[in-house]
Amino acid sequence: MNDLNDLKLSRRDLLKTGAAAAGAAAGATIPSVAMAQAGAPAQPVNPPPTSAKTTLRVNGKRQELNVDTRTTLLDALREHLKLTGTKKGCDQGQCGACTVIVNGRRINSCLSLAIMHDGDEVTTIEGLGNPARLHPMQAAFVKHDGYQCGYCTPGQICSAVSVIEEIRAGIPSHVSPDLNVKPLLSVDEIRERMSGNICRCGAYSNILDAITEVAGVPSAGGKA
Amino acid sequence: MKAFTYERARTPAEAAAAAERHPGSRFIAGGTNLLDLMKLEIETPPHLIDVNGLKLDKIEPVEGGGLRIGALVRNTDLASDARVRRDYGVLSRALLAGASQQLRNKATTSGNLLQRTRCPYFYDTNLPCNKRVPGSGCSAIGGYTRNHAIVGHSEACIATHPSDMAVAMQLLDAGVETVRANGSTRVIPIADFYRLPGNTPHIENNLMPGELITGVVLPRPLGGFHTYRKIRDRSSYAFALVSVAAVVQKDGSGRVALGGAAHKPWRVPAADAALPRGARATVDTLLAGAKTTSENAYKVPLIERTLSSVLADAKKA
Repeated sequence: MNDLNDLKLSRRDLLKTGAAAAGAAAGATIPSVAMAQAGAPAQPVNPPPTSAKTTLRVNGKRQELNVDTRTTLLDALREHLKLTGTKKGCDQGQCGACTVIVNGRRINSCLSLAIMHDGDEVTTIEGLGNPARLHPMQAAFVKHDGYQCGYCTPGQICSAVSVIEEIRAGIPSHVSPDLNVKPLLSVDEIRERMSGNICRCGAYSNILDAITEVAGVPSAGGKA
Repeated sequence: MKAFTYERARTPAEAAAAAERHPGSRFIAGGTNLLDLMKLEIETPPHLIDVNGLKLDKIEPVEGGGLRIGALVRNTDLASDARVRRDYGVLSRALLAGASQQLRNKATTSGNLLQRTRCPYFYDTNLPCNKRVPGSGCSAIGGYTRNHAIVGHSEACIATHPSDMAVAMQLLDAGVETVRANGSTRVIPIADFYRLPGNTPHIENNLMPGELITGVVLPRPLGGFHTYRKIRDRSSYAFALVSVAAVVQKDGSGRVALGGAAHKPWRVPAADAALPRGARATVDTLLAGAKTTSENAYKVPLIERTLSSVLADAKKA
């Protein structure tokens, strides 16, 4: 009988093993796909993995990278620069966990290639503040308990900081009542603008309290 | 994701020429739709041509009172432009009803026009889909069809077009400016830009292979009351079940276009003429020949009620 103590795999190793197995299974299906397409016009062939150089400025620091062209900005940050504060949630632009600020605008770093950001200024959660000197939005999330598991929090905070700037810059939203009037810093505006950040734990009302406090908006109480 | 080579184009003509040199290549701008599809290997381009450096990011007036929107103008910048907000409110509203702020910050005008369907069967590479693998069959027909097309669809495909922006562009009679590898340019009226699925649902528009969109031209402003009413399963960050774009004048005349109804933004000129007679008459013309399933038949009365509400708002405005 196997002794569970012999199982030395860390959770990360186990995930890697699983991914390798899945890769092998996917590889095994290729010949049948090729057979199915025999007789069809020749499809363009994908090249072998190709790498390219790109230089980013991340949290004020210049970073030269040589990465596989397929590397997303998210993977470059996490796997190459070891800035693991930015999280990978859905990896398809639906959850917002990977939100970072590029050239002053928040984007989903999972839906962008690292090599497309040559020369760009990237701010991640690590660049907003640190445990010794929290950004006011980080402090407000702590104060208002704006999370439960915390996985979506770096993305929520990068978005929250951007939301306040976007409203101040006069960028309208779906809930702005009049397109020709500057949008207000209001609870409704903040809620709408945060919709690209999903919190599976459902900490939304506390997240809203944190943002409204930093924005100087009267309490969100009862509106959540 | 399949491996690919990558280049940055410096001029539109250079980009179009590169596309001709690399069969199967794709232009990439915001990447918010293409990269998603590449991760799933629904799109497997061997070569990407980055067009972000083409400087097509300006909104400028054109002779006769319209606006030219550069292909690379981000959705946020288009929705926020003071002239668009004042004179083309329906376009601003449609953009703001789509996606999230993070995506709008990255997504471009041309990329939005070329968004591919969100049909779940197109996305599921385990199942046949004529749009993904021509000739393989349609898994949506006979499947779960709540979000599928009710008009203009075929035996090969019942997918809908996902863009909100494109519905407003259709309403405004926008023109799509392009360049080809040989340097020739043309303007495709948006009414001729998209295709119905027919037997070739994998061909979604009338661009030639390698043809690059350089901009979109809006004719001079229509005046009137502008609105984009989107009905969805949650109040933000969801694709439309149905949407109604409309510009209505004081005398009750105007224009109407639908999202969520068909393989392309849906507009029927004769339906515009019916607007003064109310929502029922208009929808009867708009959706003439509609074929629904038990799961998406709700879209017909939902469109009528949404238009009715839009017309009531227009009267109050």
